[in-house]
Amino acid sequence: MSTTALVCDIVRFSSVDGPGNRCVVFLQGCNFDCIACHNPYTINVCNNCGECVGVCDSGALSLTSIGAVVWDPAACVGSDSCIGWCPHDSTPKARSLSVPQVLDQIRGPAPFLSGITLSGGEATQQPAFVAELFDAMKSDHKLNRLTRFIDSNGAAPESVWLDLEPLIDGVMVDLKALDRDTHMAITGESNDEVLASIKLLYSMGKLAEVRLLLLPGVNDSPDALARTGAWLHDIDPLMRLKLIGFRCHGVRPNGRVVREPNPDAMDSYTQIMRDAGMSRIVAI
Amino acid sequence: MKMHELRSVGRSLIGDHSLTYHQRVAKLANLAEEALDAPAVSDECAEALNKRIICDMFEGHAPYRARYLLPDYELAIRQGSQYLELDAPTDLNEALWFLMAMYTQVPSITGYPVYLGDLDKVLGPFTHGMAVADVVSALRPFWRALDRILPDAFVHVNIGPDDSVFARAVLQLERELKQVVPNVTLKVDRNRTPDDLLLDAVRTVFESGHPHFANHEMMVGDLGERYGVVSCYNSLPIGGGAHTLVRLNLAELVRQHTGDVETFFDVALVRYVELASELIEARVRYLVEDARFYGHLWLIDEGLLSLDKFSAMFGVFGLAEAVDQLMLMQGLSGTYGNDQLANELSYRITGEVAALVANRPLPYCEANAGRAFLHSQSGIDSDIGVTAGTRIAVGSEPGVFEHIKAVAPHHYLFESGVSDVFSLDSTARANPESVVDIIRGAFRVGMRDFTFNLDSNEFIRVTGYLVRKSDLAHISDGARHSSTLLGAATEVASHVTWRRPKRMVSHERASAPVALFGAPV
Repeated sequence: MSTTALVCDIVRFSSVDGPGNRCVVFLQGCNFDCIACHNPYTINVCNNCGECVGVCDSGALSLTSIGAVVWDPAACVGSDSCIGWCPHDSTPKARSLSVPQVLDQIRGPAPFLSGITLSGGEATQQPAFVAELFDAMKSDHKLNRLTRFIDSNGAAPESVWLDLEPLIDGVMVDLKALDRDTHMAITGESNDEVLASIKLLYSMGKLAEVRLLLLPGVNDSPDALARTGAWLHDIDPLMRLKLIGFRCHGVRPNGRVVREPNPDAMDSYTQIMRDAGMSRIVAI
Repeated sequence: MKMHELRSVGRSLIGDHSLTYHQRVAKLANLAEEALDAPAVSDECAEALNKRIICDMFEGHAPYRARYLLPDYELAIRQGSQYLELDAPTDLNEALWFLMAMYTQVPSITGYPVYLGDLDKVLGPFTHGMAVADVVSALRPFWRALDRILPDAFVHVNIGPDDSVFARAVLQLERELKQVVPNVTLKVDRNRTPDDLLLDAVRTVFESGHPHFANHEMMVGDLGERYGVVSCYNSLPIGGGAHTLVRLNLAELVRQHTGDVETFFDVALVRYVELASELIEARVRYLVEDARFYGHLWLIDEGLLSLDKFSAMFGVFGLAEAVDQLMLMQGLSGTYGNDQLANELSYRITGEVAALVANRPLPYCEANAGRAFLHSQSGIDSDIGVTAGTRIAVGSEPGVFEHIKAVAPHHYLFESGVSDVFSLDSTARANPESVVDIIRGAFRVGMRDFTFNLDSNEFIRVTGYLVRKSDLAHISDGARHSSTLLGAATEVASHVTWRRPKRMVSHERASAPVALFGAPV
């Protein structure tokens, strides 16, 4: 019996989740609860409260006799009203898929891809599935050409990365803040594991990119950014560093009090990172 | 056309100040041709033409020049030309002037040469040891002159599949000059074309809409190593070409069909493929035997073209509407591009047409063993409410993956070209590698031709040629490029600017910012 994962969504073509054109598998469930989360419905696993069943206009949701919420993809029109209504930061549309089922989804678009990216949620929360999927891709003669990437919040223990090391080509890690208290304020968790993961992945040669999501007034002070730049520079001045300006879209009301940075602010972030000696900066 | 009508049209052409002098001359010549009797065909064929179920592309009543000619420029450069009174050039500058002189003496249906050569091969020998920047400097005035002297976007240059300083220079010039002319095709071979060249080409499309991409291995399999992509994605043998192009309007054929789906296949399609073939035969015979076009053509005399490398082209268009109508006849609502049954029906149609065309011998078509080349015809300005070739209707295109999957199974049939235009969301700009992946994938799954454009740049690809949005904005004052005039009409007729941009991120997930972040936050 193959391991299964709770999959929120599979996107066949994405030009924004790593090198080249990639198929992205979004796994449900995250160990952070970030104020700036763009897809908060991926944070929790559905608790079958049934609140969403009544708001679905297309009759795609139902409650079974044992109290489980069931989603019918054929009836769904994709209005996402269930996701908007969910009081629990989840979705009734996540499905439990086995490794062969996910592989089947990848085979169609495979000729058009550079690789696969596992995202989320937090993919490393379901490490056995990640390992099994990547291992199966590696031994499949039609899929082993594809590179295997993970989009991660970095909050995974060393043992997870050591297990995955032989199976992954790269990991893109988010660093919400270098400062522990700021990190706690944004994510609700400490950043000890995140910082350790960045160093460990670099030492493995698997650190594809570090991403800083910049929230004006929260984690963008010149001083904090300069220290972050210095910390990253110590690890690798040539690492690919992506600076992402916060955008309100999809964010829950408590996060929308943060404003979006203007182009001047983005330029100043870039300049601070350059001054810190970072040379491969992408700002979006 | 009656003589008094002819006079009146002639007068209005002469008085039309939105036309340049050369555009007026060309239109007056066409008008004069209309005064002659068309090559004789059966009444049934004439009626089909009259009903526009078959279409002669308004090539004119008296075919006196072939539609597409692909002279062997490599040979011309090597041997020089008696006709042009030019010796074989010995350096790059001489070669460029040699070509420019030659281009003015190459006929075609448009009056301008539709093929300027595989220029990396033609001129490559003169660029040994030069850096890209040096080739760009040498080429820049020539490239500008092409656009000014041959103001017609059907004028087409080929490069690739191998990387070269020359190919890089062409791409750099395209990005720099952003011209409508020349149209450019990059031949792409899985093993010979490096990713880096393809990447450079993709970035060039972001800036200039050029180049178009051709599946080199597939073309070579059908046409041999020496082929060119000309005009609007017509792939034909170098040293030959196409006498004429007659196309079958599948949409109109279904619209006027009174039986059911099976009689459409068994009777209507069979009959109209034959009627279109009859028209082709009449036009080819007129061109070769009556007009004796090849009998007094310097390109033939000097061995730069030969009649046995010519064939005719059999085009189809309006597949999308035909399929949707045939589905409705069966009480089914699925549409081409968005429904598996509809797609399967579309493959049956093109498969049947291909088989019928392959069974219809035609004279003077030795380039394809005495048969016409099949072509998915990408439209002309007067096509109103009819989708070009075998494309999915503008505005109903599904996501890129589904789009390619739907249209790719047609491509192997159309050895003389098939075009599907993919309009990509501008997020692709930040990740050109993703477009390289898609092009490689498209060719892996059997697409012959691939062309894309970004929704945000200055160019619109109309049928296969480009127009500049800024030129369309001033169209009432006329346009230097004849093709831009056609583009204006097409834009109005079929709203190509409504082509649905492909999101390079998911349809399913909320919107761009989600995907921009990608990672959980």
